[in-house]
Amino acid sequence: MTTPLDQQPAPEVVVGAPGTSAAGPAARAAALLQRGGVAALAALLVLVILGSALWPSFHTMDNLRYTLLGNSYIGIVAIGMTLVIFTGGIDLSVGSVFALGGVVGVYMNNQYGPAVGIVATILACGLVGLVNGLLVGVAELPPFIVTLATLFGVRGLVYQLTDAGATTYSLAPDSFMAHLGTGTWMTIGIPVFIAIALYGAFHVLLERTPYGLTVQSIGGGESAAVLMGLPVRRTTISLYVVSAALAGFAGMLQAAQLVSASPIIASGYELQAIAAVVIGGTLLTGGSGSVVGTAAGVLLLGVINDYIVQLQLDSTWNNVVSGGFLVVVVVLQRVLNYRRR
Amino acid sequence: MPPTAPVLEARSISKSFPGVRALDGVSLTVLPGRAHALIGENGAGKSTLIKILTGVYQLDEGTLLHRGEQVAFTEPRAAQSAGISTIYQELDLVPLQSAARNLYLGREPRTRIGLVDFKKMRRDARALLADYGIDADVDAPLASLGLGTQQMISVARAVALDANVVIMDEPTSSLEAREVETLFAIIERLKAAGVAIVYVSHRLDELYRVCEDVTVLRDGKMVHTGLMADLPRLQLVATMLGRELLEQTRRERAEGEGPDPDAEPVLDVRGISRRNLLHDVSFQVRPGEVVGLGGLLGAGRSETGMAVLGAQEIDSGEVVVAGRPVRRNSPAAAIEAGVAMLPEDRKLAGILPSMSIRDNIALAALPRLSRLGLVSDKRIDEIVAQFMKQLSIRATGPAQKVGTLSGGNQQKVMLARWLCLNPKVLILDEPTRGIDVGAKAEVRATIDELAAQGLAVVLVSSEAEELVDESDRIVVLKEGRVIDELTDDHVTERHLMQAIAGETDEAEQTPAADEQTPTPDEQTPAPDEQHEGGADDE
Amino acid sequence: MSEAVATSAPTWDRARVLRWTRDNGVYAALVLLLLYNLFFTPRFMTWSNLEVQLTLSTRVIVVALGMAMVIGTGGIDLSVGAVMALAGGLLVQFSGVNGYVAIALVLVGGALVGALNGVLVGYIGVQPIVATLAFLFAGRSIAQLLLAGKNPSVSDPVVLGVAGNKPLGIDGLIWAALAAIAIVAFLMRRSTYGRRLLAIGDNSRASFLSGVPVAPTLVLVYVASGVLAAWAGVMDTSSITSANALSSGLNYELFAITAVVVGGTPLTGGRVRVLATVAGAILMQLLRSTLIFHSATDAISQMITAVVIVVAVYIQRVRKRA
Repeated sequence: MTTPLDQQPAPEVVVGAPGTSAAGPAARAAALLQRGGVAALAALLVLVILGSALWPSFHTMDNLRYTLLGNSYIGIVAIGMTLVIFTGGIDLSVGSVFALGGVVGVYMNNQYGPAVGIVATILACGLVGLVNGLLVGVAELPPFIVTLATLFGVRGLVYQLTDAGATTYSLAPDSFMAHLGTGTWMTIGIPVFIAIALYGAFHVLLERTPYGLTVQSIGGGESAAVLMGLPVRRTTISLYVVSAALAGFAGMLQAAQLVSASPIIASGYELQAIAAVVIGGTLLTGGSGSVVGTAAGVLLLGVINDYIVQLQLDSTWNNVVSGGFLVVVVVLQRVLNYRRR
Repeated sequence: MPPTAPVLEARSISKSFPGVRALDGVSLTVLPGRAHALIGENGAGKSTLIKILTGVYQLDEGTLLHRGEQVAFTEPRAAQSAGISTIYQELDLVPLQSAARNLYLGREPRTRIGLVDFKKMRRDARALLADYGIDADVDAPLASLGLGTQQMISVARAVALDANVVIMDEPTSSLEAREVETLFAIIERLKAAGVAIVYVSHRLDELYRVCEDVTVLRDGKMVHTGLMADLPRLQLVATMLGRELLEQTRRERAEGEGPDPDAEPVLDVRGISRRNLLHDVSFQVRPGEVVGLGGLLGAGRSETGMAVLGAQEIDSGEVVVAGRPVRRNSPAAAIEAGVAMLPEDRKLAGILPSMSIRDNIALAALPRLSRLGLVSDKRIDEIVAQFMKQLSIRATGPAQKVGTLSGGNQQKVMLARWLCLNPKVLILDEPTRGIDVGAKAEVRATIDELAAQGLAVVLVSSEAEELVDESDRIVVLKEGRVIDELTDDHVTERHLMQAIAGETDEAEQTPAADEQTPTPDEQTPAPDEQHEGGADDE
Repeated sequence: MSEAVATSAPTWDRARVLRWTRDNGVYAALVLLLLYNLFFTPRFMTWSNLEVQLTLSTRVIVVALGMAMVIGTGGIDLSVGAVMALAGGLLVQFSGVNGYVAIALVLVGGALVGALNGVLVGYIGVQPIVATLAFLFAGRSIAQLLLAGKNPSVSDPVVLGVAGNKPLGIDGLIWAALAAIAIVAFLMRRSTYGRRLLAIGDNSRASFLSGVPVAPTLVLVYVASGVLAAWAGVMDTSSITSANALSSGLNYELFAITAVVVGGTPLTGGRVRVLATVAGAILMQLLRSTLIFHSATDAISQMITAVVIVVAVYIQRVRKRA
């Protein structure tokens, strides 16, 4: 799919065009850097070691708990975003769907119990994803605009469901769902384990299943994937469903942790998720990246947040540093890409 | 089924795209265990035919038979599962994934719990590549491997699909001599196993070496089909380039017409080279002279043109216009120096489809038609009106969108864009491709006129007749090298085709030799191979 | 483009209707909405209400003009809302100096942000969506830091005059938007820059081969978008008489894109519809307020916005040719 937004202004040299044969080791290094999100992991490691050396309160269990729990929701959202971006698409609706997930999950849980709550959340949000997917995959509208529209529409829906926030959906603190959000295992919040499990599952899905390899090759060049006889359209649609379902599920989890669903939550999550994915080494043009890299990207942004706290800076620095980091990463990606050509 | 029954057969297939009839009643019969050469210049319809055979396009008319049964492949997957696999020219693999993954994409070996069995995949991939004598690291991302290796992996992938037909589109274009040999060995093995090969290439030596059958397409029509051995080299070139009759010579020039032989060259191309594309290409063009660039597809004609415009990067050499070297790799600088170029691909590199004729014509001349960054609409209107009249551009008016014009009128708009700059050098890459006969004549008359006014013209054309008719001299390219230059009496279709076919003039002394009885020279093309292999070696 | 095919077809076929809708849909919708309000919405079609509605849409109009130029090159600028907030922050920083100078400096600030975006897109080749995403992140926070988390009020008479003065009895913000519309319309109609911008959007390869300075032009396009967003930020600050880093320009990138798309500027570039973009912004504002007049919730109006966006893009969609 050629979205207009992906258009490169500079005359593009295609990989594989005559005369670009193989800069061996450099290219491989570049590919490695991007693939595993090795750069993000390395940066994460350096920051963690440095932070531990600088501040005694940095490598405490409390801080770890706090950082992991605080980032597990956006982490789950970022998994779906990784998959969508992998195919050269984008999903701007995840923030709104996140809020929808919280409201639907809590409401259905209170009405029909936790099992229905969880299933209904995934179904309702998956339906939004299906709309996105069909508009992108079948109607061939640009993903950016389609998901921008659902960003508006779903947020409106959430306001409507909550009477613009007048109705609050709260969980009974001792309910199963509340426990899912607030409970701990070995002193660490349960959402953290859920996020880790999801990362593991999607890592296997993306790296070890034929479906995952199809996803990876769509991003690499949609026409190549079509010519190779892969089910491109079906896969593309499914990714938007997965992205929305994950976002909704994450929203439900956070609502469970907060013991209530907020209609205004998670606006701007789409940007954070995109930033984490890009910093984690997934190319926005698609075709290269990994969920492990995204995990590193999410944690890296989390650790930057920690630094801001430790340095006793205003928390608004967080976004400034993240934005700067994002620029550095995309510029590096471009430069490495040029070299590979 | 008897072994001689065709494995794949296309019967009078037609396919149209908006405004173009890409294929017009084309037939192709592919026999098992044999290689079938499918040849034709750009736009002849080869790619369209291949895409129909592989399910990328659907045919409009005609029938497609696979193993004697009528089939309709609605998507590439359907053709692949029927055993028709394709090696596309533009390397349609996934560049950032490993060689092994590319080899097995879409049919990965699984473990018992349904996950991809990478161990087995790697093992199989290594075995497969080793079996075919391809030396590559199966774990390396494809993009990090050499182009030739990538191409060989593409071949291995196609072969490993248990195919009964393997279509190869310019498979050797990025291969080194050694790899070409490996490929040929693979082809022989496939043939021995009863697999049919459809082989598309412009390297004549390869065609004669590999293929038993041949089908020639031109302008979407099938113009020849038969045994490769029955089609002598020279006639092959002639069929491809458009003439059975080889009598065409340069148009007679009137007295005083034509370039001044003593004039200083206005364009001097000095030894431009680009790795894998151009090798020390040099030629000069005097004012009023039309120099043709001859050769087959992929010989480096368009690349040479683009290099003069500064849009094709070059590693060494220089382009001198009117005595002054032009800054490299900058179209703006070349245009400023007086170079103008009509690119081959009008849609991709020429027109601004959703903008008006007016804006299209004024594009390159904007700096001259404006003051302080503001456009002078009056001057633009004058110039546009002048050129629309001069080139007789047929449109509802200067505001009509160029995307809605016919090919011929689009081409005239492109010409106008450059002519309003008063260029010194005009490069025309396939200026009459895809335009109707009337417009063709008009464009050609314009070329003559421009040359008569003292413009230096470089003409690239796949039509031998056009090239010979228009050019004062023809520089013949082959694989990025200048292999011959035809001057004076040698500007004839016969000499051009001989040069392209790689034959010496001496072998064809007798004028108007009877084409039905080819010379012994033509029947035994084999000796050329050694030379070819050597030329290929970078 | 497949329009060549359409011309030979009978009148009023699907393609023609689509084309007409694409070109005039936004005006038709505007007229229909006004007619509806004339008959069914009491107190809507009054001069005072219409002036209020126009005034409310001015900031989106100004931002959307810059967005339309960027989209004309086939790009997108997500940083505009953040630039608006930053403009407020800068305006407060420069409050000591002469009001005119302060405004000029704010516009320079917007230009610098645009230049950064433009260099990333034009020279480094980063996709517009990511290049401008970074500043969407950082810009609002930089504004917050400049304002130290407060919402200082602005007292400079020149700055306040932007929204406060009512020449000829018409709201200052409307004049401010008219100025921007006039400049952008002039640039797009008359300047080489405007022509080049469109040429790049229509076919950047062909433009490059025709000697168009592609990268520098792209930088200037993002600069224009940055300056216009900064101007909208000045308008915003002037109208609420204080700088608010958290709310000023929030989601304006989305509103602006909506206005451009609804106005019928194709996302693929090559065309910039200045007046239609203005009409698009006004249409969306009127739609929202009509719904509010009929006591629909904000929620409903957001959902309707979503549908309008999808329909607008669907109408413009150019199917890929096989």
